[in-house]
Amino acid sequence: MLTLRLYMLQRITALLMAPFVLVHLGVMIYAVQDGLSAAEILGRTQGSALWFLFYGSFVVAVAIHGAIGLRVIAHEWGGLSGVALALFTWATGAGLFALGARAVWAVTFA
Amino acid sequence: MTPTDTLTVTIERGPAGAETFAVPAYENQTVLDVVSWIQQNADPTLSYRFACRVGMCGSCAMTVGGVPRWTCRTHISKVVKDGAVTIGPLKNLPVIKDLAVDMDPFFDKWIAAEGVHHSGQTRHDPIAPIDAATPARVAADAGIECINCAVCYAACDTVTGNDAYLGPAALQRAWTLLQDDKDTGRDDILDAVSGAGGCHNCHAIGSCTAYCPNDLDPMSAIAGLKRETAKSFFSRGR
Repeated sequence: MLTLRLYMLQRITALLMAPFVLVHLGVMIYAVQDGLSAAEILGRTQGSALWFLFYGSFVVAVAIHGAIGLRVIAHEWGGLSGVALALFTWATGAGLFALGARAVWAVTFA
Repeated sequence: MTPTDTLTVTIERGPAGAETFAVPAYENQTVLDVVSWIQQNADPTLSYRFACRVGMCGSCAMTVGGVPRWTCRTHISKVVKDGAVTIGPLKNLPVIKDLAVDMDPFFDKWIAAEGVHHSGQTRHDPIAPIDAATPARVAADAGIECINCAVCYAACDTVTGNDAYLGPAALQRAWTLLQDDKDTGRDDILDAVSGAGGCHNCHAIGSCTAYCPNDLDPMSAIAGLKRETAKSFFSRGR
């Protein structure tokens, strides 16, 4: 149940996520060199507009990408269609966004 | 020719269940020959479909040993295991009776994918010269030998999971028309393959290409449609 628009949204978010994942992994490897602590992580992220934008965009991309992917599985394997499928897609996207946004807010400006 | 042995042939007859027949094994016979022997000698009520018997008309496809095949060009020795074989109707299409399926959904989707000629000229215009060597014509030529047998459609797991999906044969037809200099329906075709049942639902599992009896490659044709629609998404905004 993918239209061209959903397909493009999923592909474009995938393209965005590829560098996000690489930077995320790179920073992780760099950050644990001197031991890992909550204070060390928060010291880097708190009050940082850059990290807010980075992980904020990451969360938006994940929410869109994941919701569309799970929508296909829900249709082809779960038999959902019509309004139920649309509701499932939006609920999944909103849920993923809420979880991610809460975490990003917590480590930056909360 | 005299039979050398006996084959155990199980025919899946829909709600009536499966029925097993003992069929004389000849050295040289096709799956269609075996089905015809049963209909002519064991059970005249057995329904199946065929016409040309030489792999051109695309009407005799069935599920043989669990996979879709053209039965007129499949030698029985290729599919028999320990002297036995199971033959059923094509998957993904409604069964009318026994081995005969309703092909309407298959051909309806062919039309829904704009798999029809879109003419930009009249009979009074000169015939447009076609260069057989252009990349577009080569791509079209690779797909036009389709005989509409629905083997790819029956093999496709995406069709099984998604009723609306147009399927490999219809999408490959749309792809060949997109490459055809004489066809003027480019925007109509791109719109037709971009909907809820369009080419973007393909998971590239590749069963269509693996089972096509004519060695065509619908999976690559669908990949081509994905590329063209993606380009059109940026240039036309849809």
